Amino acid sequence: MQRLAGALALFWLVLTLTFVLVRLAPGDPAAFLVPPTATAEEAARIRGALGLEEPVLTQYARWASGMLQGDLGTSFAQGRPVAAVLREALPVSAGLGAASLLLTFLVGVPLGLAQAARAGGRTDRAITVLATAVYAAPTYWLALALVAVFTYGAATWGLPATMRLPAFGLHTPGATVTGVAALLDVLRHSILPVGILAAVGAAGIARYTRASAVEIGGEDFIRTAHAKGAAPRAVRYHHLLRNLLPPLIVLFALSLPGVVAGSVFVESVFAWPGMGRVMLAAIAGRDYPVVLGATAIYAAIVIASNLTAELLLPVVDPRRSR
Amino acid sequence: MIRSARWPLLLLAALVAGVVFVPLLASQDPLVIGDVLSRRLLPPFARSPDGIHLLGTDTFGRDVFVRAMLAGRLSLAVGVAGSIVAGLAGTLVGAIAAWRGGWIDRGAMGAADVLLSLPRLILLLVCAALWAPGVTTVIVVLIATGWMGVARLVRAEVLGQQARAYVDAAIALGGGSWRVLLRHALPNSLAPAVVATTLGVGNAILLESGLSFLGLGVQPPSPSWGNMIAGGREVIVTAPWVSLAPGLLLVVTVVCCTLIGDALQESLARRGPDARVPIR
Repeated sequence: MQRLAGALALFWLVLTLTFVLVRLAPGDPAAFLVPPTATAEEAARIRGALGLEEPVLTQYARWASGMLQGDLGTSFAQGRPVAAVLREALPVSAGLGAASLLLTFLVGVPLGLAQAARAGGRTDRAITVLATAVYAAPTYWLALALVAVFTYGAATWGLPATMRLPAFGLHTPGATVTGVAALLDVLRHSILPVGILAAVGAAGIARYTRASAVEIGGEDFIRTAHAKGAAPRAVRYHHLLRNLLPPLIVLFALSLPGVVAGSVFVESVFAWPGMGRVMLAAIAGRDYPVVLGATAIYAAIVIASNLTAELLLPVVDPRRSR
Repeated sequence: MIRSARWPLLLLAALVAGVVFVPLLASQDPLVIGDVLSRRLLPPFARSPDGIHLLGTDTFGRDVFVRAMLAGRLSLAVGVAGSIVAGLAGTLVGAIAAWRGGWIDRGAMGAADVLLSLPRLILLLVCAALWAPGVTTVIVVLIATGWMGVARLVRAEVLGQQARAYVDAAIALGGGSWRVLLRHALPNSLAPAVVATTLGVGNAILLESGLSFLGLGVQPPSPSWGNMIAGGREVIVTAPWVSLAPGLLLVVTVVCCTLIGDALQESLARRGPDARVPIR
């Protein structure tokens, strides 16, 4: 209960910080809405309608009381509630994030374990170098490279039609398919974005899993298990994995914010209508209510993930319960 | 440490030499747009009256290799400056918070908690985009959003050292509080901060290039790896080298930084917490 209260207080502080950051910044949001031919009075009227003429403290009070009632305000640029704008964008990013996070762990953990089992060998070193490189690669650059391969390359080198992947958007434009066909269409469009985010994530998780597995593998209780005659398989699954899983479960919770934020670049390259694009457009257009609403969601995701990880750790690892 | 990180160190040294000297010695000016029609989008190793273009030319006929090297100056400088200053700031905040305790400690760690409650990329976007984009903004924002991790690490270490007998001994011998912190406790608490800062260089370079890719960082015509990748976006299918070459340099640099950080961590860990040689 105390932790929940702390998390809520933290959430409020973060929101206040972003409010201050946004309002301190130079640049006039009304400049994007006032036609260049408008007179000074018209401009002032638009600014007044947006509530920008009032003192900052009054603006903060109005925004804060709106937030407490669950009202995120109205978008300057689109003239509709911020909540409606975010409700369209959030599922896209959340779906992208969840799918790639799942794939990240499904690929990364076995890969790291396989590496640890062959630690020091040639395969291990090759995978380590590859994983370090993929982990270091910017997602937008990987995305551009893969778009080049799977669109232009696939057409030039005569790869089979199934290898030609769509490079942009969430659906085929103008497609009128429904049901299963529509789902397959979305899946085909998801292969590259999800794959790229998952590859980068899996490279990081593989690095972590390998390092932890090697470390745990050197512990006394593993040697004891081997010495008492336990089968190598049993040692790997019963002793090693049991000690490896708790930090990984916690890491899963902690990875969510990074994946959601990381989708900014992938959404930008693949023109996906998600949170990242909403955020970028809102920042470029000085659409303050949308910027504040989007950061509120990001902060909520981070704080909720941290809280989950904190509460989860004693459950999955009883030694950590205080 | 030097031995296990030999290759990344050599590679990074070669890269630094490249970014320093290539733009000085090159026959092509990487910023001037000349005879666009005859020189645009030449493939790697093509020749033009200007000489050989190792990595081809971009949409405006500028040499990609020389531009990438010039961009490397900026990206490396921003990454190194951003992470080192952030590391120093974090060390300072963490050390003072641990040493003084009380409301200073609570305030500093509270501020760190607040800043860590947004993904760093989102924080960067909000800050960088709302102020005038440019190199200075990027560095300032990297520092403002990068000190928290190191501060937490140093605080934990200093707290650990504070409880040890040698600190009491130093104070009993008449060392002033600040002197004991600066001469004894802090030097023994720096190892994790050094590792985190080294690993942070690669991260800072990635973030800078990401911002520049989105058009919120380094502004053209000044080249940075991020805005070069963005500049080649339109021609990615017909002239992939324009985007891929700077990206490859970026990946190599970040991999080198990561491997050096890993080696540093390993060598510090091998010495064990009690045999750590103070880093001055």
